[in-house]
Amino acid sequence: MNAPLIEFRNVTKRFNGKTVLDNVNLSIYENQVTTIIGKSGTGKSVLLKHIIGLLKPDEGTILFQGTPIDKMKKAEWEGHRRKIAYLFQNNALLDSMTVLDNVAFPLRQTTDLPKAEIEKRAMKRIEDLELLEAVGKFPSELSGGMQKRVALARALVTDPKIVLFDEPTTGQDPIRKNMILSMIIHYRKKYGFTAVMISHDIPDVFFISDRVIILWEGGVGFEGRYEEALKQNVPMIDEFLRSLDGFQDQLTGLLSREAFKMHYSAMLGSTVSESTSSAALFGVRLDILHEALGAQAALEVLRALGEYTNRYFNAIGGFSARHSRDEILTIFPRKTIEEARKLVEDYSRNLEHGVIDHIRDMASANSGEATCFDIHIHAGVTEIYPEDRIDEIIEKGRAKQEIISTYRCDFGGKDQ
Amino acid sequence: MFAARAAGDEMMEHEDIIKPANIPVSFFSVIGRWTIRTIGNFGAMAVFFFLAFVNIFRARQIREITNQTYYIGAKSSLIVMLVALFTGMVLGLQLFYTLVKFGAVGALGSAISLSLVRELGPVLTAIMITARAGSAMAAEIGILRNSEQIDALYTMGVDPIRYLISPRVAASIISFPLLTAFFDLIGIIGGYITGVVLLGTNAGTYFYRVQSSIDLVDIQGGFIKALVFGAIVSCICCFQGYFCHMRSDGFGAKSVGLATVSAVVISCVMILVSDYVVTSFLM
Repeated sequence: MNAPLIEFRNVTKRFNGKTVLDNVNLSIYENQVTTIIGKSGTGKSVLLKHIIGLLKPDEGTILFQGTPIDKMKKAEWEGHRRKIAYLFQNNALLDSMTVLDNVAFPLRQTTDLPKAEIEKRAMKRIEDLELLEAVGKFPSELSGGMQKRVALARALVTDPKIVLFDEPTTGQDPIRKNMILSMIIHYRKKYGFTAVMISHDIPDVFFISDRVIILWEGGVGFEGRYEEALKQNVPMIDEFLRSLDGFQDQLTGLLSREAFKMHYSAMLGSTVSESTSSAALFGVRLDILHEALGAQAALEVLRALGEYTNRYFNAIGGFSARHSRDEILTIFPRKTIEEARKLVEDYSRNLEHGVIDHIRDMASANSGEATCFDIHIHAGVTEIYPEDRIDEIIEKGRAKQEIISTYRCDFGGKDQ
Repeated sequence: MFAARAAGDEMMEHEDIIKPANIPVSFFSVIGRWTIRTIGNFGAMAVFFFLAFVNIFRARQIREITNQTYYIGAKSSLIVMLVALFTGMVLGLQLFYTLVKFGAVGALGSAISLSLVRELGPVLTAIMITARAGSAMAAEIGILRNSEQIDALYTMGVDPIRYLISPRVAASIISFPLLTAFFDLIGIIGGYITGVVLLGTNAGTYFYRVQSSIDLVDIQGGFIKALVFGAIVSCICCFQGYFCHMRSDGFGAKSVGLATVSAVVISCVMILVSDYVVTSFLM
């Protein structure tokens, strides 16, 4: 792994004698999404504020590209700081300015761009975040969700290299939550920034995170990939992660990964002698949907696919969960692989009304007749052996995936 | 551990016993802490004012300075003129009946104009602007602080002192002398209304005395005082709002309220203190 972009070395911070960060050591790497999670009051926001220099450590050092910040000359640090954007937990919008003025403000104050260019860039971000109807409104006239998106637009308008997100999805409905996360991924791909995010939106936040840092009792309880965090077997951290996961995926209504795991274990317990179960891994390319339909419509399609899959297979005793942003794993207890294939075939025939129609509606509403794109829904059917772990089933399903339904751009016969 | 606890108990007992003897010590420690804190605050305020003043001359300030001058200066002019009119009228009444006893009614114009130009004009203008615009400055900046809007400015690469404080300081330094001039003029007219129109003093004598008794030095003195008051009031009010989150006596909305009260009270006291100091230098 490369040298860290930002590194905390033995950082301690106290407020009125209370230690909030206690000897914290952690690393943040360039071009990655690092998510910080932890219970309330464990110093997540404090940690983020140290990165941008709003707070200074009582003890320890913070290194930026290997150089301690406190040893940098003011101009050097200012140069770095201008590449960092911060999205505040409570948005911190300038409440005496309209949405357009808020978004354009950093450009007006820190660049010499012509007025028209500033307005154009601000409007582009406003459009990207679906805020056009709020352009002339003041923050107090907007809902919490819209305020959050205005703050996000303002944070991204300067094309920063590092963006610190302090709970960017708090107060949003599941679609908007995922839309914001999609925007973060989209902009990260487009502009290549490093993201540091405080969020508890499991599972989606973990689908987009490269690394996870768990703050625990003032220190770092875990640092690494989310999958590794689940294997730590530290009872208190396990319990905390499970409590965040809940029982249901808010976006799709499918089981949470934890609930799915429990169902799967129960199924294995009851079918030890039979070994006749099967599974199918369904997928749709969310990035293509995003490009074709826009962030919100793409998530609507994903939700429709999840809801449809859940409804369809629940009826025959199957259970499903998302295992990445756009992959759904369904287990068919006591079904042979042939039976499972037959079920998936029937399912794909009915997809035309369940999901493809939905995509068609979205496409006509969002893209217009001139836009041309194909969207495929894939499925890979595989059998399950009692010793199979869930990630092994996913791998097997992925290897066998083929297109089961397609939305074509000819606006005529779409499905296969 | 038990030994430590026992030692702790022993210390507590010891403290109980010597508590009465510590009262003078406590008194001096409170005074000492207060003195250190006050001196520290004055030091911080001086640095704060210096940074704000230096940043007045940075780029992109004209628009904000104009906005603030409109708010602090233009929008305060009506209330300042109203106060000036009645101050002049009261002065006219009081001085007329005092001067009549000495047969010196002819000096009414001199007495009114000198007291207005030298003292009452700068001081009352400053107090009126403190009440109207100074309190608003402290409250507005305090709310910006508590809602993290000042932190947001910093994270956007905007120096909050340059963007928020410097325009207010500049606008105060511009507005105070101008409003003081208005105050003086309207006050003299107020004195004319009571002294000449209502009580029958000779109009020519009144204006001759006004013209002959005011020297350029008097006007300069009033102008210098207004400049000093402008700098002091804007600095104190902005400082109180800017650091309201660090108050030990209140948090959140309460801290904004307390900061506003402190801003007005300290500004008024400092106007009178600095008035004495500047006058003693000018005399």
